[in-house]
Amino acid sequence: MCFDVKRLYALALGPVLMLMSLVSTGVWASESERSTVNMTAGVTEVGQQIYDLHMLILWICTIIGLLVFGVMFYSIYAHRKSKGAKASSFHESTSVEIAWTVVPFLILIVMAVPATKTLIEVYSFDDADLDIMVTGYQWKWKYEYLTDEGERVSFFSNLRTPQSEIGNTEAKGEHYLLEVDEPLVIPVNAKVRFLLTANDVIHSWWVPELAVKKDAIPGFINEAWTRPLKEGIYRGQCAELCGKDHGFMPIVVNVVSQEEYQTWLATKQGEAAQVKELMAQTFTLDELVERGKGVYERSCLACHGAKGEGGVGKAIAASAIATGEISGHLDVSIDGVPGTAMQAFGGQLNDVDMAAVITYQRNAFGNNMGDLVQPIDVFNHKKG
Amino acid sequence: MGDHHHGPAKGLTRWITTTNHKDIGSMYLWFSFAMFILGGAFAMIIRAELFQPGLQLVEPGFFNQMTTMHGLVMVFGAIMPSFVGLANWMIPMMIGAPDMALPRMNNLSFWILPPSFIMLACTLFMDGGAPQAGWTFYAPLSTTYAPPSVTFFIFSVHLLGVSSIMGSINIIATVMNLRAPGMTYMKMPLFVWTWLITAFLLVAVMPVLAGAVTMMLMDVHFGTSFFSAAGGGDPVLFQHVFWFFGHPEVYIIILPAFGVVSQIIPTFSRKRLFGYDSMVYATASIAFLSFIVWAHHMFTVGMPVAGELFFMYATMLIAVPTGVKVFNWVTTMWRGSLTFETPMMFSIGFLILFTIGGFTGLMLAIAPVDFQYHDSYFVVAHFHYVMVAGAIFSMSAAIYYWLPKWCGRMYNEKMGQLHFWVSFVGFNLAFFPQHFVGLAGMPRRIPDYALQFTDFNMMSSIGAFIYGAAQILFLYNVIATIVSGKPTSEEKTWEGAEGLEWTVATPAPYHTFETPPPVK
Ligand code: HEC
Ligand code: HEM
Ligand SMILES: [Cu+2]
Ligand SMILES: [Cu+2]
Repeated sequence: MCFDVKRLYALALGPVLMLMSLVSTGVWASESERSTVNMTAGVTEVGQQIYDLHMLILWICTIIGLLVFGVMFYSIYAHRKSKGAKASSFHESTSVEIAWTVVPFLILIVMAVPATKTLIEVYSFDDADLDIMVTGYQWKWKYEYLTDEGERVSFFSNLRTPQSEIGNTEAKGEHYLLEVDEPLVIPVNAKVRFLLTANDVIHSWWVPELAVKKDAIPGFINEAWTRPLKEGIYRGQCAELCGKDHGFMPIVVNVVSQEEYQTWLATKQGEAAQVKELMAQTFTLDELVERGKGVYERSCLACHGAKGEGGVGKAIAASAIATGEISGHLDVSIDGVPGTAMQAFGGQLNDVDMAAVITYQRNAFGNNMGDLVQPIDVFNHKKG
Repeated sequence: MGDHHHGPAKGLTRWITTTNHKDIGSMYLWFSFAMFILGGAFAMIIRAELFQPGLQLVEPGFFNQMTTMHGLVMVFGAIMPSFVGLANWMIPMMIGAPDMALPRMNNLSFWILPPSFIMLACTLFMDGGAPQAGWTFYAPLSTTYAPPSVTFFIFSVHLLGVSSIMGSINIIATVMNLRAPGMTYMKMPLFVWTWLITAFLLVAVMPVLAGAVTMMLMDVHFGTSFFSAAGGGDPVLFQHVFWFFGHPEVYIIILPAFGVVSQIIPTFSRKRLFGYDSMVYATASIAFLSFIVWAHHMFTVGMPVAGELFFMYATMLIAVPTGVKVFNWVTTMWRGSLTFETPMMFSIGFLILFTIGGFTGLMLAIAPVDFQYHDSYFVVAHFHYVMVAGAIFSMSAAIYYWLPKWCGRMYNEKMGQLHFWVSFVGFNLAFFPQHFVGLAGMPRRIPDYALQFTDFNMMSSIGAFIYGAAQILFLYNVIATIVSGKPTSEEKTWEGAEGLEWTVATPAPYHTFETPPPVK
């Protein structure tokens, strides 16, 4: 973590040299490690095109900069009063003005042509092999595989870095802040289309190596696509300020071989089918309370407190809703309370977990309602 | 008010009731410096937290309040009022007018500011904390998900909008009506020209900002859904409205700075400004273009490809008049007779660093590449090169340049040079590495970061502290000059200086040009 002496030298040599060091270090960018000073070309064709454009413009700017600053520094050196320079009196020239209006304009056209081509490429969403719905939540991502066959696979992807590392009581791991409990898995060499939206505020899904950054906006569905050409684990972060934990909602994409992807998908579909089976079951009060305790601790405790005493959220202990009609409790938990931090959990928890957590809330913290909610009740309630 | 030859009133009443452009100018300048220190303190908190990975000093929620308040205070409290202060002091003296055209409105437009910013600062102590959605305050994070203090923030923005609009109407009225006979438009100093154009920009876009925050207010309190998708509204609409204000706003910030360096570079080159006419036309075309490029801040919101192309081309075009300006400044220096007093050093610093910021701006304009740059530290580096090294450097230059005229005392040149060099080194150490971390994938507005960004963030923090310390030196130098600087009574402080402001006595008397001066 100590200073890299070479970099400090580069700094001391001033901006122009730094631009050059940036360019030269960019060369090792294309190898395995991601550069720490330059844009990555990533693992897609579009990413390579973007990188090439970036370098082209960087070079054009560097050259123009060297020329302009060169003239300026020459004049600072040669035309100083202390060297006896006398000021000349020229102060306009229409032909010069026209020249330095037209020439930059032509240079801009040279830049605009490849930029337009790349942009159109970025916007070619058709013929995707796989569609994935990406939904931004405060502060996690939800992925949903829009496959035609089998169970729909969908899951949340949360930050995995423990609080102790963030709070500096434990040494930080290699992928500090860039690790999740469940990564997105996609096959290599396939055109994957992302459909992006958000549940609360605007987020932005950014994975530099896949050359994708697109805002996830509530009420809108945006499109983006990638075709990774190399297997590997690619990491990114939310790029749009989305509230308190904006810095703590990373993205990890696992690009695997086609076969590996199929196996993974089959397993996930199997799990989904299992949950579906559970949904059809009837549980006892104890079973629900036990499962519900786990769900509460994962999803509700942060706002409602370990003893149901409240905090950001209202108290659950002796709450009129948690000790009132079941349907009211279902309403709040499934649809949330618009305009407050109480989100609509209907889309985040499956029906079994929802039934369990509501049952738990009604029978914990001194709420002794003794009643219980079955998954089927949640299902029916959602249907309206 | 019958007697025009009286001096200022005594004591506090002088400052509260004054209608004198010099008094009001000074108050604007002091106020903006106070805001600069406040905004700087927020920045120091941000950089201290980012010195190392991990959370050390502040909570993420408070960190967001700091970035938000830093941006708001710097843009609306430090940069904008400082240039209005400069306009107050210099425009009447440059065009041979006795005062601003609307002196009482002038007083009011200043006195609206302090309460407005006190209110904004108070939000830090309110339940739920200060606004936390960034200086761009995108909905719905700034509406549905905002702390209750957002209402005070909205009120505060309204007030400073009113202040800015009054200030700019005053400038327009002054420039159009109070020029000394013979001072035709094409003879006006460039600082006056750039401010005239800026004032029109302000009058055009401050109401748009007011509209945006009013819609927020309605969404928060009156059940409308302008920006809430759940009620049929459109969060992207907010961004369009905001940036329709926001992009011209960045030129509101930089055009007066262009004006300042266009005064200073000729003075220390002892040579007339090269291409005066084209400077005026370039300023006007930048102002025009600034209205049709706003969505370059929104390349990733999912606009149709035709929209992306339009905004990309239009943004690239801005580089042309901007380039013309840079070329003209360099050519002004060419074959001049250069000296390097502090104002000139800051102007050269401006020239180099602003040009770098212009280059990164051009890079950001390339829509497909912006997908990688957007909302990363690369953008943070870009706008600090144009706003700090552009606007603030030129402001420092302006103070050193005109301070002797204002107070009849010379600043300490050695300390001025030191201020420049420490600022220059600190600034680059702080912001150049941000290009690297941005390109390498560090998003902006995060309180904590992955380990590969550590080295550059440390450098950046150290640079920021150095830059911050240099400003204390500046404050000391200015106060020392006013209190005990070497007295000077030369009308022309600088050998190469041209313009009416250098024909009045030094220090500039309380009332100048009570009868219009002759204009060559
Ligand atoms: C991000 C914070 C947050 C989380 C997480 C959260 N809630 Fe809430 N909850 C709130 C807030 C805020 C309210 C109060 C809403 C209002 O003003 O009516 C609330 C209210 C409630 C109420 C109504 C309480 C009353 O008496 O009005 C229930 C029931 C509830 N939440 C259930 C849940 C369940 C179940 C979970 C977990 C699956 C959960 N909440 C997770 C913030 C949260
Ligand atoms: C050559 C001229 C310029 C060009 C082409 C340019 C272009 C851009 C572009 C495309 C962006 C958006 C980047 C992104 O968010 O992805 C941007 C951001 C920004 N620019 Fe510039 N710019 C120029 C000059 C300026 C000037 C003169 C200023 C102010 C003095 C300025 C201030 C800003 C600010 C504040 C932002 C960031 C806004 C935010 O998201 O908070 N720019 N610029
Ligand atoms: Cu975010
Ligand atoms: Cu802009």
